[in-house]
Amino acid sequence: MARISRDPYNVVICGVGGQGNILISQAIGNAVLRKGYRVTIADDIGASQRAGVVTSKIRISPKKSCGPLIPEGQAHFVLGLEPLETLRMLYRYGNPGVLTLTNIAPIFPAEVLNKRVQYPDIDELKNAISSLSKRAWFVDATSIALDLGAVIVTNVVLLGTLIALNEIPLTRNDIESELRTKLAAQRLSVNLEALRLGYEMPGVWNMTNNP
Amino acid sequence: MSNRLVFHASRQVLLSGNEAIARGALEAGIQFCTGYPGTPSSEILENIAAVAKERGIYAEWSINEKVAVESAAAASLAGLRSLVTMKNAGMNVASDFLMHHNLSGIGSRGGGMVVVVCDDPGGHSSSDEQDTRWLARSANVPLLVPDSPQDARDLVKWAFEISETFRSYCILRSYTSLSHSYGVVKIDELPYPESRKATYDISETITPETPYIVALHEKAHMRSENTRELFETSGFNCYEGTERAELLIICCGSGSPCSRDAVDILGVEDVVGILKIDTVWPLPKRLVEEHMYRSCAQHVLVVEETDPFLELHVKEVVADSSKLAGKVRVLGRGSGHIPHCGELTPDSVIKALTSILRRKYTPRESGYIQKMENLGGNMLVNRDATWCPGCPHRASFWCLKSAFGQDGRECLAIGDVGCYTLDIWPAGYHVTKLVHGMGTGLGMGSGFGKLDGFGFDQPVVSVCGDSTFFHSSIPALINAIHNKANMVAIVLDNGATAMTGFQPHPGTDVNALGDSTPAVDIADFCRSLGCEVMVRDPFDVEETITCILKLLKNRGGVKVLVLRRMCELIRMRQVKLQPYRMRVDDERCKGQKCSYCTDVFACPGLTISGKTGKAKIVEGICAGCGLCVDVCPSKAIIREQNSGKNIQRPI
Repeated sequence: MARISRDPYNVVICGVGGQGNILISQAIGNAVLRKGYRVTIADDIGASQRAGVVTSKIRISPKKSCGPLIPEGQAHFVLGLEPLETLRMLYRYGNPGVLTLTNIAPIFPAEVLNKRVQYPDIDELKNAISSLSKRAWFVDATSIALDLGAVIVTNVVLLGTLIALNEIPLTRNDIESELRTKLAAQRLSVNLEALRLGYEMPGVWNMTNNP
Repeated sequence: MSNRLVFHASRQVLLSGNEAIARGALEAGIQFCTGYPGTPSSEILENIAAVAKERGIYAEWSINEKVAVESAAAASLAGLRSLVTMKNAGMNVASDFLMHHNLSGIGSRGGGMVVVVCDDPGGHSSSDEQDTRWLARSANVPLLVPDSPQDARDLVKWAFEISETFRSYCILRSYTSLSHSYGVVKIDELPYPESRKATYDISETITPETPYIVALHEKAHMRSENTRELFETSGFNCYEGTERAELLIICCGSGSPCSRDAVDILGVEDVVGILKIDTVWPLPKRLVEEHMYRSCAQHVLVVEETDPFLELHVKEVVADSSKLAGKVRVLGRGSGHIPHCGELTPDSVIKALTSILRRKYTPRESGYIQKMENLGGNMLVNRDATWCPGCPHRASFWCLKSAFGQDGRECLAIGDVGCYTLDIWPAGYHVTKLVHGMGTGLGMGSGFGKLDGFGFDQPVVSVCGDSTFFHSSIPALINAIHNKANMVAIVLDNGATAMTGFQPHPGTDVNALGDSTPAVDIADFCRSLGCEVMVRDPFDVEETITCILKLLKNRGGVKVLVLRRMCELIRMRQVKLQPYRMRVDDERCKGQKCSYCTDVFACPGLTISGKTGKAKIVEGICAGCGLCVDVCPSKAIIREQNSGKNIQRPI
């Protein structure tokens, strides 16, 4: 388990309303609190049920009580549940040292579906994210969740991969115990399985150990 | 969420500002809680209602904020501690009562009354950026502004003591970046549930009526001066930083975390001191003067959200002080160092500090900015909120749009506040031309409906939701009927206050405590007023359009159309089954040449396939509502009864 490399360590989680930002930010927030860190989370959830942009900003510090808002250009990690949203957050919070983990499955905005505007080419989008990140990881968390028969756990797959990347001071056990306290019994097993699959994401270990 | 509020005591927990306010109120032993839903305030009462029964508390979603404060005042006057919650705009509705109750007070035996107002700087979910602090100044009642969830929990408890000490309600102002942010909060054990008997001592008459008004005004002024004395020594106001400072920041609310972050990032702790004021009104003037004098700072920067409230009063302190006059310059909005509008961010304070202290700060190196510019912003496609797939409002506004088109005249639709306001957003149909505050649709419609004598010949349609109808549309409707205005009033009845999280209202058969209660039927109610009332399901598209056309044609008085269909999100929670499986008949679909379903109807569940060039159902987004079948001009979209299995929905 890592110690945080910056004080405060700023994590931005972003996605589309309904993808489950809040579950991730609450699990991380409560778990780091148990580890003795100070933590604040700011949720922007105005569009949560209407397919708009949602973000959570988590700030973790050994001692400092930070404000909830992350200043421009000050993110250390961006976790994107949707690739366009990762890029959007990099424009506001990115910097040469930022790390990103992105679910590659796009969710098209209404205006794209209606063909008024074009969703960017996925490879161009990945290149843009990579060029604005110190390191960028891409995973197909949505496919893994679909294979589990519950696309709703895409967020937990990504949370598993985030833990495996060893950037935030938490272990898989820490998150597991958070999920156990948070989730109803009938939802728990699929979430734990999603966490495991995300954690054991092929390639991620190698990439981390041999940067 | 509620279990966090009740079971973990005497330890540190992660609570949102709203949860912390609820927790503080529970620790203060409240027995009565009212409010009207409104972002960002709704979670306070929701959390209290969830534990109300086990804590012996009465909680209600009131019909509007005015009734909410009046009910809370009743409980307070009967000796109970009461809490009332609302958003910024709600305070306007409540202010009529609050501007009288400030003078009459809570009586000699009253329980503490705390009014929590959550402002929304930046207008994330509001049609204004108004600043509640002016009401506290205007009413001359105590006002506390917390800067963190911990502070919020602590201040709510203290607010009840202040209210009881000074026999007046006390306002606690929150704001989006507090209400919706989580922080570590140390909490105490909850007290044993209160069992105080409610009673009103009829030997006491409490009113600010004419015979008493000037004396009571004088008393309120004295009360305010006494409150100021208490605030002068309050530990909630604190100074951080060096003894002598080049620059003194005076801040409140979100101004303090933004200032602390800015000072930390710039590393200017050695020259900048921060005075945080939680007791914003009445302002502890001596405390402010002392810190300005002691720090020897030539510049004072006032950091606050949204208006220059503290700033003007700090300037008053300087103007009245013989020690400070001419020695210190007060900066902030007046000097242009802090932006006049929008949500306050650490970045705005950083910018102000670098300018005042002549420091250099670049958040990211130029090479990175260059990379962003090279990429261009084209890739950042907007993601505007829109009606959910299956939303009855899409159907209602589709019918309105079609009916207006067929009618051919310049029909004027006046909207109101709710999910249906999305009609004016980029992804909406733009049928609605005027939207203001709650209940204003029918009120303005009543006025437009009386312009016949001035040559006005456009049909007038006012649209409101069910919760909005009860909140403040009813007086406007009766006004229109009484004055024979020409107006079609459309009530979009989706069975909940959907925009803010499905809170019950008088039209639902359940209340905030989860108990069943008789529902007021909007159509029956309107009929009882003597006007023509029609009820339609907006998913019966042809029938609804015909009905609207008929109502538009008959000019003469008020006609009500109730478009009734349950919010799709609630329906899915209850039924858990999509009604139809949808598919497109590629033979019939004219594809890109037509694009009516995607370009005009614009449901996110439809797109044009890149491969076939034909319309395509977006699996995972489509809610299977079947509405598009009636929209497609080629009858190419087909709905089949769902056999019982849902398609997985990613959102």
